[in-house]
Amino acid sequence: MNLKNKWPEYYKKDVISHYCPGCGHGIAHRLVSEVLEDLDIGGKAVLVNPAGCAVLAYLYFDFDVLESAHGRGTAMATGIKRANPDLFVISYQGDGDLAAIGTAETIHSANRGENITVIFINNAVYGMTGGQMAPTTLLGQKTTTSVAGRNPAFEGYPLHITDLLATLPGVVYAERTALDGPAGIVKTKKAITNAFQSQIDGLGYSIIEILSPCPTNWKKSPVDSFKWIKEEMTKEFPVGVLTDKRKKYKEEKIAV
Amino acid sequence: MDKVFISGNDTFGESAIRAGCRCYFGYPITPQNELGEYMAAHMRNAGGVFIQSESELAAINMTIGASCTGSRVMTSSSSPGISLKQEGISFLAALELPAVIVNVMRGGPGLGNIAPSQGDYFQSTRGGGHGDYRTPVFAPGTIQEIADLTFHAFEVADKYRTPVLLLGDGMMGQTKEPVVFPEPLNLKEMPEKEWALKGRGKGKSRYMASLILDPVEEERHNWKLVRKYKEIEKNEVMYEEYMTDDADIVVVAYGTVARIAKGAIKRVRTEGIKAGLLRPITLWPFPKDILVDLASRIKKFIVFEMSTGQMVEDVQLAIGNKAHIAFHGRPGGVVPTPAEFARYINREISQK
Ligand SMILES: Cc1ncc(C[n+]2csc(CCOP(=O)(O)OP(=O)(O)O)c2C)c(N)n1
Ligand code: SF4
Repeated sequence: MNLKNKWPEYYKKDVISHYCPGCGHGIAHRLVSEVLEDLDIGGKAVLVNPAGCAVLAYLYFDFDVLESAHGRGTAMATGIKRANPDLFVISYQGDGDLAAIGTAETIHSANRGENITVIFINNAVYGMTGGQMAPTTLLGQKTTTSVAGRNPAFEGYPLHITDLLATLPGVVYAERTALDGPAGIVKTKKAITNAFQSQIDGLGYSIIEILSPCPTNWKKSPVDSFKWIKEEMTKEFPVGVLTDKRKKYKEEKIAV
Repeated sequence: MDKVFISGNDTFGESAIRAGCRCYFGYPITPQNELGEYMAAHMRNAGGVFIQSESELAAINMTIGASCTGSRVMTSSSSPGISLKQEGISFLAALELPAVIVNVMRGGPGLGNIAPSQGDYFQSTRGGGHGDYRTPVFAPGTIQEIADLTFHAFEVADKYRTPVLLLGDGMMGQTKEPVVFPEPLNLKEMPEKEWALKGRGKGKSRYMASLILDPVEEERHNWKLVRKYKEIEKNEVMYEEYMTDDADIVVVAYGTVARIAKGAIKRVRTEGIKAGLLRPITLWPFPKDILVDLASRIKKFIVFEMSTGQMVEDVQLAIGNKAHIAFHGRPGGVVPTPAEFARYINREISQK
């Protein structure tokens, strides 16, 4: 077998990552960069990076990036795409960013069927601010603000925002994947490819929810974090395609 | 071009399109709804983008997104909605992105009411959102001036890469007057914005970020902004003087109130009282120098506002104790009358 490690064109070389060992953000970044190269769209790409652990994503991506206010990624992405539809627009967001403070922007950009792609990193905590409870925190999961474990009587239930979005006609493609090992990584790359291609084809809003390890705030080793995703997180958030209207929209020529 | 009879709210919209604005984002709120409706009716015909957003937060962030591509962008609202936009305005200032933001002010605080007010002066002239920044603020006094200043606001926003505020009030939004519009700009002739994000193509990638973790670097960025603000203070001050040549007392007022004050001045002049008006057109940068000038020969000033007293603090800062400064305000959406102002001018003149 001839294995080659080719550095992705749209990922900067010679930068030191600030992500913790075993963090999923770095893997997701690399996948995004690789797919941009595979589809030859990196030169037209503008990514909106969130407030969250990926706030410094612009230091790593080697294509154009705009940093957003916490939660407003899809509003900014809407502005970019509408002002210049030739650009390929990605909003990269964490679970707090997308499903708490930015919920309104998330739902309405999807409902308008904005021709953008959302990369949604679900790590079940607020990573950047030190491991507080997120809308996607599992029942019973201990965080710094759900100290006895998430209890629905006080903290409500894990929010399945991507399932909600999948019900909207504006959302052409939604899939949940898990960074829980090599197979999950390969599947995630395939999912991102499908989503990006939907945008290239002008079919509307696409979102890939990626269950992603945060070893630091989960207080687990990177290996145990992969295991926890596989064994616990996917029970609450099963992986799979949540909606795929590509064929239908292509036939109906619902291009935006 | 011929005169058209048109409302203030519609004028903001028409003038923006003529100034090359091709993206408008807004959320309905009275008393500025006609502006959003005007854009809904005309923007797409002009080849531009109109979105009724889900909130003012979304609107200002769409504004940021569109602006970073180099497009001329406008968003508008009234007082409570402008409060919601403040985080985004701070980001625009930090990212040095141009945008024009219209505030058709209404009575407050809180939900207040939908009547004309000038209660957002502090918010507009002191930055408004978090952090160390300023925004140029234009306060038109007539509908014709809305047309001219809206056009001008886009030029200033692009020239300095800054958000610019246009401050009107409920009365001005609804008033109709004959207006001659500036000739539309040809988009193809507008200068390329080198800084805009257009995708890296085969070149180097770029990013726009307001996160500057190193305090020394952030401090440097702050001082860089200050140098820009100093340039704006030097170049962009606008005001109108009305009958100040022989005046014994000068009224300071802006926007709708300045108009009412002109009525009062005409009235007291028939009674032999020599009153004049200084009308700031830019509220920031504030026309300090002319006030200092006037205070060297005129010893009485009276500030009229539709607020409990906000601009009066800038007048005090400019003049200090070089002259006597009185204040009369009607907050909460009450519109004062020329007769009322005339009484106050009379009273000041008769006091030693
Ligand atoms: C208006 C505002 N509120 C709060 C914050 C602080 N803040 C920054 S990131 C963040 C949460 C990040 O969590 P998530 O979106 O899940 O991303 P992660 O760090 O886990 O990748 C918070 C609360 C902020 N930057 N702005
Ligand atoms: S705190 Fe969690 S999400 Fe943030 S960099 Fe570390 S591992 Fe990644």
